[in-house]
Amino acid sequence: MEIDFTHHQSAHCENGVVSNLMKHNGFSVSEPMVFGIGSGLLFCYIPLLKVNHAPVITYRALPGHIFKKFAKRTGVKMKREKFSNPKEAKARLDENLEKNNPVGLQVGVYNLVYFPDEYRFHFNAHNMVVYGKEGNRYLISDPVMENVTSLSDKELEKVRFAKGAFAPKGHMYYPIAFPEKLELEKAIVKGIKDTCKAMLAPVSFVGVRGIHKIAGLIRKWPKQKGIKTANHYLGQVVRMQEEIGTGGGGFRYIYAAFLQEAGKLLVNEKLIELSKEMTEIGDLWRDFALEASRIYKNRSAQTDSYNKVADQLDRIADLEKVFFKKLKKAI
Amino acid sequence: MKKKEVPQDKSNLESANFRELCYAVDENGEYITENSSGWEPKTVALNNAIEEINERIEDAKKRVIAGETSPIEYYMELHKMDVGILASYVGFWQWKVKRHFKPSVFKKLSDKKLSKYAEVFEISINELQNISK
Repeated sequence: MEIDFTHHQSAHCENGVVSNLMKHNGFSVSEPMVFGIGSGLLFCYIPLLKVNHAPVITYRALPGHIFKKFAKRTGVKMKREKFSNPKEAKARLDENLEKNNPVGLQVGVYNLVYFPDEYRFHFNAHNMVVYGKEGNRYLISDPVMENVTSLSDKELEKVRFAKGAFAPKGHMYYPIAFPEKLELEKAIVKGIKDTCKAMLAPVSFVGVRGIHKIAGLIRKWPKQKGIKTANHYLGQVVRMQEEIGTGGGGFRYIYAAFLQEAGKLLVNEKLIELSKEMTEIGDLWRDFALEASRIYKNRSAQTDSYNKVADQLDRIADLEKVFFKKLKKAI
Repeated sequence: MKKKEVPQDKSNLESANFRELCYAVDENGEYITENSSGWEPKTVALNNAIEEINERIEDAKKRVIAGETSPIEYYMELHKMDVGILASYVGFWQWKVKRHFKPSVFKKLSDKKLSKYAEVFEISINELQNISK
């Protein structure tokens, strides 16, 4: 059985699933729009936590938040279910597919067989849509993939019940009610305000301050941790920023795309101008990644080069501070 | 990033035959999406991370052979896990998993406990007890 579902590739899985499910239900909402309304953009250093034995930085909101905020701000009602029993989780999924209802699933990446081996880490906040079943194979629309794919029932159960941080526990979700007319204007304003607040938060590890914080840490790493570990850490920063799902530049380009679209919709010239500015800031993030990669590629870096990339981050933080203050005023 | 600047470097994505989606601006300054086959700075970062994991696996293996740790630690590294992740998969406390790293404790583990590890690592108990040298 196959539901008539159109797969659109997206940069990021969470936006992509929401955007694809909305489109399936007759509401044309782009990926950047979901990301912007859901206040996806962020910078946060997560102290104490280590992933792959290196510090964790996130360039986006916590898993599930984009989705939750988007639904709330647009008035879409979502049904979310978690399960302790895999059999029950499977039965509920099958039930929905029989009712012609494609659903979103949260899954772990480590056992996702269609991903390249190198990308299979214990990351549990990946999202996909299941849109049908043929025999014992589920039809999968994974938004980061170019094309649709499929998983056996065993393979799907494994990723739905992956363990560790953010364990999905079979998490399944789908929209159940929509507003008569989707009014994006107010939702956009709310989304932007929320993002500005987070990026300018008076917390040392969040937003603009968080970027300065990481810059400070990078300066210390080579002396404190040794070159090998410093490079490993720096590599992880770049991976978080540029790995599949960010659309490039730590989500800054997707956000710029959102501002452009929002500017047109609200007929707000300032947002369109700010979109250009965000693109330029995104380019600076790319420059930082390039410069950082030169350090960990050669492995013979001097303290000076760490200071240089830290300077780049400090500059980005200064620019983003000005940027989000302007953005706050623009709406 | 301009459309023509979207990098098309060689990367590990090739093995799964897909390209990721990037956002960029076209000649008119309009945002569009463009597929990218990869970007060297992040491919290097990923390869370094993989290399780091391989070093950890090799190191764990040496320590198992030298009798300093149990094969559980080796298989944990092989599956890119840390103690926290492994503990949640087998359903033991972290301190218990760490205790099972001790060769003397590992030798006395019941089949029931061993089978939990074996199941997570998708191997037999025999394979868990005797890692290939």
